[in-house]
Amino acid sequence: MPEGLRPARLGSRFTVGSRLLQSRHAKRFEEFLFRYREVTLLAAGLCLGAYFQLMTGKLLSNADLLNLSQIMAPIAMLACPTVLLIASGEIDLSIGQTFALAPFLVHFGQQAGIPLLLADVLAIAAVSVVGAINGVVTVYLGVPSFVTTLGTFFGVNGLTLIISSGEPVGAPGTGLYATIFGQNWSLIIWAVAALALFHFILKHMRWGLYCVAIGGNYEASREAGIKVDRIKIGNFIILAAVSGFAGILDAVTVNITDPLAGGSAIMFSAISAVVIGGTALAGGFGTVVGAFIGAGVLALLQDGLTLQGINANAFDLILGIAILSVMIMNVTLSRHLLGRRRA
Amino acid sequence: MNSAHPDSPLLLEAEGIVKQFGSIVALNGLSMKLRSGEVLGLLGDNGVGKSTLLKILTGYLQPDTGTIRLDGEVVRLRDVQHARSLGIDIIYQDLALVDQLSIVENIFLNREATTSGPIRVLRRRAMRRAAEDLIERVGVKLPSLEQPVGTLSGGQRAAVAIARVVQTNDRVLLLDEPLAAVGVREAQTVIDVVRNLHAEGVSVIVILHNYGHVIDLCERFYIVRDGQIAEEGSVAGHTSESLIATVLATRL
Ligand SMILES: Nc1ncnc2c1ncn2[C@@H]1O[C@H](COP(=O)(O)OP(=O)(O)OP(=O)(O)O)[C@@H](O)[C@H]1O
Ligand SMILES: [Mg+2]
Repeated sequence: MPEGLRPARLGSRFTVGSRLLQSRHAKRFEEFLFRYREVTLLAAGLCLGAYFQLMTGKLLSNADLLNLSQIMAPIAMLACPTVLLIASGEIDLSIGQTFALAPFLVHFGQQAGIPLLLADVLAIAAVSVVGAINGVVTVYLGVPSFVTTLGTFFGVNGLTLIISSGEPVGAPGTGLYATIFGQNWSLIIWAVAALALFHFILKHMRWGLYCVAIGGNYEASREAGIKVDRIKIGNFIILAAVSGFAGILDAVTVNITDPLAGGSAIMFSAISAVVIGGTALAGGFGTVVGAFIGAGVLALLQDGLTLQGINANAFDLILGIAILSVMIMNVTLSRHLLGRRRA
Repeated sequence: MNSAHPDSPLLLEAEGIVKQFGSIVALNGLSMKLRSGEVLGLLGDNGVGKSTLLKILTGYLQPDTGTIRLDGEVVRLRDVQHARSLGIDIIYQDLALVDQLSIVENIFLNREATTSGPIRVLRRRAMRRAAEDLIERVGVKLPSLEQPVGTLSGGQRAAVAIARVVQTNDRVLLLDEPLAAVGVREAQTVIDVVRNLHAEGVSVIVILHNYGHVIDLCERFYIVRDGQIAEEGSVAGHTSESLIATVLATRL
């Protein structure tokens, strides 16, 4: 039997700087970068933070860190369960819309005399139905999830606009409720809870393992006896529920229930966070920690550029460059190290 | 090799199995029997329905019509897990491995060791230790059990697939061309594993294209043609050449 393929064997076509890379240390370093993409991203984020602090001197103030955490938290809350879905080879574009819809359902539930906490639960249950629709249409009718959730993206947005008449309303809850469910630092605490929960599910439970297996090889997973449909539909439902919950919290944070909250902006931010974090968009690999850090980096970019007084257009340009750089690095490293390119 | 007595009881029977994929008739009323303790070879050209039959016998596919009997009783194999719970296990033609997952994760895919209780946590260390034993039992050297399966050679991949099925005490093992992607040395390893399982009393149905292997491993054979059994026979007395002649004769 031949010796196992060494993962770090370098392709001969990488001649530029190959002498440098041939050293054992460089190889190790490359492996390290790939295996701990989260650490690399965290280092980049810290450098970015240091840069903004040096340039503006404002970042490390209590007020701005709070602001930063409130930008980051909703992105992170949506990104964490999105990792499971993307690792399993699907995508959901409707998460920003369930995010916007849920607090309105709470509002109208309250108006109908339902106690606040019960109204929350009912609203989350209602938006979970959107997740179930996403899942069932994708899995049983064979519509690609990109298309299914593009449909619910518009549909749910329309629903929110209709029931709200396009007008914002007040935020639900005050006092202790608001302290727990959204005000000040509570939002980021919820996000950390989501990080812990979904990291645990991904790395330490069958569900997470099966998500990766399905995204890696759908046919093999079915052959092994994994209930692939159940996992996929479950992921859509979990994601919709969490996005609804995040939307309810966010309404309390910003103290307004706005039909234009969420939407495509937060959806793209969450998916970007997942991808920058190192999760394979084609499925088969996921990291919740990476997505969480990714959400932090995106929030930091947004917050820092605002502190510097740079306008939103430049933000998009920089974000685009950041995503491309990280992805090119990921793809190149994984090709190197896993020997995927068998010349 | 302790061959099964010709009158040993019937273990698994398929009767009148029909399976269509759209307009393609993969199985056309196929009937076959597996005796307890025997190694049964399935031969036949490409695309005659051999894999489809095994997938039905393992609950992966549902037949359009036809019945399956286990120990003489009609069973409807709901899914792969159900078949496995009845002691029927399979190594698929494509080995059913996930390249991105590690060797350990693949060996235990859908057979994970978990803690009990409402929240079942994967017992990764226990699985790792068990995987080492299983790999040793299969008799193949693998570099690191944490390595993704995508980096393995064909023979090593086959070993992982075998390690997956030998962990449970199965009654029936279905093997879909287990020797297709492996070299001569590894083929011998696989053959030894099958022989050992057989010696432990496991009944085997194996699809093979190499008639030398059929002579080596099997006691009885079926030749499948056009979704039906075209010929049945005992391997005893056959050489590879006479087997090939028999297979060719069924085409006339
Ligand atoms: N999932 C499927 N969808 C459509 N057609 C299928 C499917 N599976 C098998 N078939 C068709 O059914 C027929 C029998 O296929 P099967 O895989 O059982 O053949 P086989 O005897 O195992 O062939 P081989 O020796 O090449 O593995 C073939 O014509 C094949 O194309
Ligand atoms: Mg086949």
